Amino acid sequence: MTHSIQVKDLTLSFGSVSVLKNMNIDVAEGEFIVLLGPSGCGKSTLLNCLAGLLDITDGEIWIKGKNVTWAEPSERGIGMVFQSYALYPQMTVRGNLSFGLKNARMPKEEIDKRIARAAEILQIGPLLDRKPAALSGGQRQRVAIGRALVRDVDVFLFDEPLSNLDAKLRSELRVEIKRLHSRLNNTMVYVTHDQIEALTLADRIAVMRGGIIQQLAAPQEIYNRPSNLFVAGFIGSPSMNFLHGATVEGGRAFQFGATRIDLAGYEGGAILERPKAILGLRPEHLVIQDHAELGLTIPAVVEIDEPMGADSLVWLEAEGGLKMSVRVPVERRMSAGTQVHLKVDIAKASIFDTVSEQRV
Amino acid sequence: MADVSMAGVQPRGAKPRRRFSGSNIMLYGVLFVVSVYYLLPLWVMVMTSLKGMPEIRMGNIFAPPVEITFQPWVKAWSEACTGLNCDGLSRGFWNSVLITVPSVIISIIVASVNGYALVNWRFKGSEVFFTILIFGSFIPYQIMLYPIVILLRELGIYGTLYGLILVHTIFGMPILTLLFRNYFSSLPEELFKAARVDGAGFWRIYFQIMVPMSLPIFVVALILQITGIWNDFLFGVVFTKPEIYPMTVQLNNIVNSVQGVKEYNVNMAATLLTGLVPLFVYFVSGKLFVRGIAAGAVKG
Repeated sequence: MTHSIQVKDLTLSFGSVSVLKNMNIDVAEGEFIVLLGPSGCGKSTLLNCLAGLLDITDGEIWIKGKNVTWAEPSERGIGMVFQSYALYPQMTVRGNLSFGLKNARMPKEEIDKRIARAAEILQIGPLLDRKPAALSGGQRQRVAIGRALVRDVDVFLFDEPLSNLDAKLRSELRVEIKRLHSRLNNTMVYVTHDQIEALTLADRIAVMRGGIIQQLAAPQEIYNRPSNLFVAGFIGSPSMNFLHGATVEGGRAFQFGATRIDLAGYEGGAILERPKAILGLRPEHLVIQDHAELGLTIPAVVEIDEPMGADSLVWLEAEGGLKMSVRVPVERRMSAGTQVHLKVDIAKASIFDTVSEQRV
Repeated sequence: MADVSMAGVQPRGAKPRRRFSGSNIMLYGVLFVVSVYYLLPLWVMVMTSLKGMPEIRMGNIFAPPVEITFQPWVKAWSEACTGLNCDGLSRGFWNSVLITVPSVIISIIVASVNGYALVNWRFKGSEVFFTILIFGSFIPYQIMLYPIVILLRELGIYGTLYGLILVHTIFGMPILTLLFRNYFSSLPEELFKAARVDGAGFWRIYFQIMVPMSLPIFVVALILQITGIWNDFLFGVVFTKPEIYPMTVQLNNIVNSVQGVKEYNVNMAATLLTGLVPLFVYFVSGKLFVRGIAAGAVKG
């Protein structure tokens, strides 16, 4: 597979503050990469560096086999879609779409052809002669995507494109972006803080924190085998249950208070014996049952039952006051104070070293 | 007069109407007093300028003229004498036009480009540059008068309109740059980024993206500069000579002339004539002015 974008040792610092540290990313052609992280993690900054809107301190950026580290944004073969749409308010939709093409001195027939194609793909034909102010949020974002589309570029950069939209529109446009990707097969780099967007859209997700990529992997991999404690806690809602304990018996079991959990069947590296370790269990990987099974269950007391429509969330208190959540079918109602046992699916669990916070 | 309207709204009869609530009475009362305070001098000026000298000598400065005459206005415009010139304020008016128009246009163009560059094309030391520029506006003008005289002399434009235009352009720079910088920084940065991705350069972004979005602030700058330069007295009197004195200086010379009778009606008419231009500008663009000030004030 050929590389569409290569980021080599990219570093960005403002004065003594380093925002991005030694980044290396290879993006394959046609791949959909999502940069995911909490605000301030540097994901938008990285995107701006790729677009050439920020001069980087060190490293190289290659797009389509060309070193574009110091190239102008317009020479990089990228199109960008912004959170605030960034449509030129005084121009019509047509003017917005053609602005970049006119700057490139493209002949008028070609411009018209490209606008017609973009309008067809995005279904904005009837809006072409309106001003942005006369468009709804969803329409504006479609035009913003169109502006990237007409430039016929290899790489699309999305900077939180759906964050300004309401929930319903967001899910509609999300599907549309996915459809667009499967139709055009461009490389897309997409910044978001919304893990649903990340999990649904991405071929691979780069989870970022503090200017460092924590994990770069396929969504399922990130979800099931988070490489460290941060990724595990950031992905998933409600977040993973963390049990602080120790691995014992040469790594064959996990000791949490008086509870001992068998680790046979754990998918990961050598567990070894660690005096301090964390067992991570997703709410959907626990099953509530009323009888204990030796080495397989955790005793807990039901606190609150939250029906959420499709399923319901049960909050429990385990040994040592630890709050845990478990996802159960909505039909199953639990009353507070009930003593239950949570059965662990160890194949889907993650164990982290407390000191290094890395998955083992 | 203020008391009359307030006395009439003592609570009586049925339920008092809301618009005469206590706070409204205070509000309208204050507004009324303030407007009287500001309008009374104007009233006196207009009335006096329409009276003949015999009627003025009778006193009663608040009374409307018994016999309306426009002679003082004609005299102020085209006959009043300052020194050897007896062609009235018209000479000063045209001088002021010749000074104001180029100064306003040049200063606004340069300052808007300054502000745009300071916001969107930050360069190393741009903040220092801006600080120095702003600092310039805190230095009292008087300190700079003599150095500027020497500077203009060396440039060979002392005592010419060009010299005064140059001075006005430079002195307008700090406040105008600040104004434009603040306005441009209130525009979404993503627009600028989008334009750069679209391949637009410095000037194309300025003319096609920034300027069309900035009409209100251009109007504010226009008003500030027109009124400021039109009303300027100090620079006009220092950097020019009698034939090219701006209107304000000439007005002063007419009003303060020591020979002959004090012609109050002519003085009033001359003052009103001088004030007409800024007044006209305010009336035409008042709404845009307020909008622009508000828009620029949002983000600093």
